[in-house]
Amino acid sequence: MSIDKVWVLAETADGALTSTTLELLTKARAMGATTEAVAWGTGTAAVAPVLGTYGASTVHDVGDIGDALPGAPVAAAVAALVEGGNRPDVILVPASYDGRDIAGRLSVRLDSPVITNVVDLVADGDDVRSQHGLFGGAQVATAHFTGARPWIFVVRAKSFAAEPGTGDPAAVSALPVPELGATNGAKVLARHVEERTGPKLDEAEVVVSGGRGLGGAEHYAMIEELAGLLRGAAGASRAIVDAGWVPYSHQVGQTGKTVKPTVYIACGISGATQHLVGMKGSKNIVAINKDQDAPIFSVADLGIVGDVHKVVPKLIEALKARS
Amino acid sequence: MNVVVCVKQIPDPAAPQAVDPQTHTLVREGKLILDDSDAYGVEMGLQLAEQAGGGEVTLVSMAPGGETSGLRTALAMGAAKAILVSDDSLKGSDALSTAKVLAKAVERAHPDLVIAATESTDGYTGTMPVQLAELLGLPSVTFAKKVSVGDGRVHVERQTEAGYDEVDCPLPAVVTVTAGVVEPRYPSFKGIMAAKSKPVEQLTVADLGLEPGQVGAAGARQEVTDVSAADERKAGEIVTDEGDGHEHVVRFLEQLKLV
Repeated sequence: MSIDKVWVLAETADGALTSTTLELLTKARAMGATTEAVAWGTGTAAVAPVLGTYGASTVHDVGDIGDALPGAPVAAAVAALVEGGNRPDVILVPASYDGRDIAGRLSVRLDSPVITNVVDLVADGDDVRSQHGLFGGAQVATAHFTGARPWIFVVRAKSFAAEPGTGDPAAVSALPVPELGATNGAKVLARHVEERTGPKLDEAEVVVSGGRGLGGAEHYAMIEELAGLLRGAAGASRAIVDAGWVPYSHQVGQTGKTVKPTVYIACGISGATQHLVGMKGSKNIVAINKDQDAPIFSVADLGIVGDVHKVVPKLIEALKARS
Repeated sequence: MNVVVCVKQIPDPAAPQAVDPQTHTLVREGKLILDDSDAYGVEMGLQLAEQAGGGEVTLVSMAPGGETSGLRTALAMGAAKAILVSDDSLKGSDALSTAKVLAKAVERAHPDLVIAATESTDGYTGTMPVQLAELLGLPSVTFAKKVSVGDGRVHVERQTEAGYDEVDCPLPAVVTVTAGVVEPRYPSFKGIMAAKSKPVEQLTVADLGLEPGQVGAAGARQEVTDVSAADERKAGEIVTDEGDGHEHVVRFLEQLKLV
């Protein structure tokens, strides 16, 4: 049984498809299957041309879900479509907050397991094999499903390059949400956007991140200053986000953003597995840490064993002197 | 208010980790400890039960070999009791199988609120709590960074890509918390002593009314076929700062034409 049909859960942010969605569409197209999208919200018609360009022939539109969180309604609508006889072989889900919610609920509705944290997918005849980083990416595990389709894969951001094709706009097909009852109880009352200046963390050419080695929230300013001088974005380890020094939107790692900049500068970050997962794909890595045994040095192209409070201010001065 | 906190007992993440070359599963030998991620959920549960002016925190866990050392840590923090599901047939369970087991165990505690970590430290699939919610027919709010309860509802600040959403949800519900949602208390000596005599109900898969084929490796319907070393990054240059560390960084950035 070959891989004939792949669905991609298409997420939008500020009216545009997210980059992970475009990456998954590109991958689905490359698998040679009929690609269809599932979208929700009020903007589906507006993104149908882009979905088509990236290879989706049809978009199943859940439509306006009001102030509900997407997990319950989108999962129920997709499950109903599958149970109604429209059975894809593979469902690709972005590893986002809402993506994981949808995948979890869909898994129960279809009584189908989920494979998460996918960083690569290989169509292998009638099979699809997924790859996963272990221990911060030091080892790679290959997995596959042994049971009935559809196979649900939750894929991490930046696992594939997004490349547009030449398809016509996707045909929009309404996908109704069945009666949900209690599971749809969570409602969004207000959305808060944490403003940040400069390029977006997951799109910047340069990312400068700070960790616990900074010693205190007041020292994060030098991370922002260095990032600004390099026209980059300022990031953070989970430790200092949890400590409340910087907002969550700065977090790089397993539960934060995945970044692959031209250069990643880690300042006072030890390099826990959960951090390495989010930045190990950077083209170049510079680490500044006073502990020469810190795991971050094992992935660094340039490692400076030294005190961030000494090295970073001098680096800032040197860069200012040149500009 | 009765709160159930799902907790996982895991090998110490500070110890070297390895994959069994035959089964391709994580080696889980020696003593297991309370997953650090779950300490936040336990603390959150204790605070919410205290604020509600009554009720208690029940721990629900699944672990091999009747393991309770991690549960004792959470009991020492102040949880009242624990339900532990331990059964040889659970070996190799995936997130969905785990959710099926925990759902049956959670039902026994009749909770107003179920709390879990957003993901475990060792497996980090991050889907189990939502699968649990769907199995229980409950609403869920994931990635909570602030949680309060009142008038039969839970109010959550939920992390998003851009910032956070304020989410309101009727109870009972499942909420997953991030590390940092609260500062976990250290167990007191009195708490540690009291934990030794707190009840831990041990259940098997049969006790929960589940069939062995639904859980464990058979229920997972997925397998890891290979584990191999990743392509190594070529060894980098490591220099000790002698007052000139920043110059190395500048030269490196120059080579990349970034300055």
